Amino acid sequence: MAVLITSPSPSLPPPASSVGVVGWLRANLFSSVLNSVFSLIGLFIIYKTVPAAINWAFIQADWVGTTRDACTSDGACWVFVGVRINQFLFGFYPPSEYWRVVTAFSLIGILVAWLLVERTPKKGLVGIFTIFCYPVIAYFLFYGGAFGLPAVETHKWGGLMLTLILATTGMFFSFPIGIILALGRRSSMPVAKSISVVFIEFWRGVPLITVLFMSSVMLPMFIPENMQIDKLLRAMIGIIFFQSAYMAEVVRGGLQAIPKGQYEAAEALGLSYWKSMFFIILPQALKMVIPGIVNTFIALFKDTTLVLIIGLFDLLAVVQAAFADPKWLGFSVEGYVFVASVYWVSCFSMSRYSQYLEKKLNTGHAR
Amino acid sequence: MIILSEIMTATQIEQNDPNDVMVELRNVNKWYGDFHVLKNINLKVSKGERIIICGPSGCGKSTLIRCMNRLEEHQEGDIIVSGITLDDDLKHIDTVRRDIGMVFQQFNLFPHLTVMENCCLAPIWVQKQPRKEAEATAMKYLERVQIADQAQKFPGQLSGGQQQRVAIARSLCMNPSIMLFDEPTSALDPEMIKEVLDVMIDLAREGMTMLCVTHEMGFAKTVANRVLFMDAGEIIEENEPNEFFDNPQSDRTKLFLSQIL
Repeated sequence: MAVLITSPSPSLPPPASSVGVVGWLRANLFSSVLNSVFSLIGLFIIYKTVPAAINWAFIQADWVGTTRDACTSDGACWVFVGVRINQFLFGFYPPSEYWRVVTAFSLIGILVAWLLVERTPKKGLVGIFTIFCYPVIAYFLFYGGAFGLPAVETHKWGGLMLTLILATTGMFFSFPIGIILALGRRSSMPVAKSISVVFIEFWRGVPLITVLFMSSVMLPMFIPENMQIDKLLRAMIGIIFFQSAYMAEVVRGGLQAIPKGQYEAAEALGLSYWKSMFFIILPQALKMVIPGIVNTFIALFKDTTLVLIIGLFDLLAVVQAAFADPKWLGFSVEGYVFVASVYWVSCFSMSRYSQYLEKKLNTGHAR
Repeated sequence: MIILSEIMTATQIEQNDPNDVMVELRNVNKWYGDFHVLKNINLKVSKGERIIICGPSGCGKSTLIRCMNRLEEHQEGDIIVSGITLDDDLKHIDTVRRDIGMVFQQFNLFPHLTVMENCCLAPIWVQKQPRKEAEATAMKYLERVQIADQAQKFPGQLSGGQQQRVAIARSLCMNPSIMLFDEPTSALDPEMIKEVLDVMIDLAREGMTMLCVTHEMGFAKTVANRVLFMDAGEIIEENEPNEFFDNPQSDRTKLFLSQIL
């Protein structure tokens, strides 16, 4: 029997059971008996925990006040965080100089936003300013000692401010150093290659906590009294070297994923090694390893909490120190929840941005 | 499709001075570890000559042309391109690479750059051309390979045949005097081979010096001055194309031709 259709059939709406709320529930939660059981267990756990948590953190919580007497309800006592917020943010930085920290962070916030948001003009110029001028400005704002700004010694730095300084300098330096090390490790020059391999394997082979300990306790024994380097600077260098080694291996993964043909095409066109790396290989390799790079950044951000063992008061250390205040005994849960939320919001933002970046940079070359 | 007689006339018009040697290989030997991949290769390519290199897989034909722009290093003998001897001197290598364009089997376009950026990158950063000029040149060659309308797309959005034509345009943007083609149609779907070959035939008509590794025998008959047959690292037979295909001399050539034709 032959078939002949002379006019197209009308498109009918899909059956009600496959669209809308019912369709979604059926596809995602109740697609089989086993999945339905798991869904119900999951819903039960959510029902038992989430409302209680919200109740504790928001509904029953106490927000205003200056002493612990303000905390009368059963919920969280955010007053504890509130009265100590300056210390949590700035450590022991003199309150009269807070504006310097705020200025420095606002400036970098504006610069980074300028670079990240699409369609802002003069990105190149702003980028150069951020890389070369901002660190100098930030140094004088934070440390002072020039332009009429009184010097604030680094042992007074603390709290979120110290965490952010450690994390951003760590990222800022470990990224380029990591790239150089990765290129070195894949180099055909024996000297460059062995230096990179030894550096990477050494720093990757020791725990960060040991690195920090060595930098603060052992190192001063080996260098003369009058040449002592600032403790914060030593910790920073330790973190930078440590994370550079990880970054190098992440970048190397990307370099190895680039087909040999890309190197050959660049060579055949007469591009020099550095030009072919800069224009051809690294843009593709780095794009490929964005998840790995952000992973390392997130790890670095959280690893900065380890500086508390060498007596630097980062956010976590400052909050923990506040638990010992006899006027505020028993509020450690609020303190830890506060610290955890700050870390979580920061890390989650980085993660989201990396996903956005991956989508934006996708030129559909995976064929 | 280009008519054969047209090509012949074109060939006759630009009669070449045989002394105008573009590429010369003297007793070139190359090993991959213990494997002797090129055995005593001697070859002279004159200006405007079009040479087809064929032979069974693994015979060293790709290696031969890749030695000419130093993508591979030879261990013995001399390779002289446009009067410059290829040795360890990076300046020599750079100069030779600027003068030789290469088209690869896998296209090797840069996937993160648009077609236009692919074409302009080397002229701007190697030859220091102003961007405007480089873009104008690129547009000229993109038009010539009939892909100018895709200039702002990324390579991943083009078909294989289109990508290979972009790759040819990218090489031409460097204004090379010699073009090397390493199996340019082998990775293409059958219906796209012709569009690439047409571009290459067009290039041959303009008198470009070309060395082409290919198994497209129709193309070889249409454009080649000479066909080289390689086996086991040696040039076994070398002849004018019609003679080569109609009257092969060595048994290995006969066997090879019986397998591919």
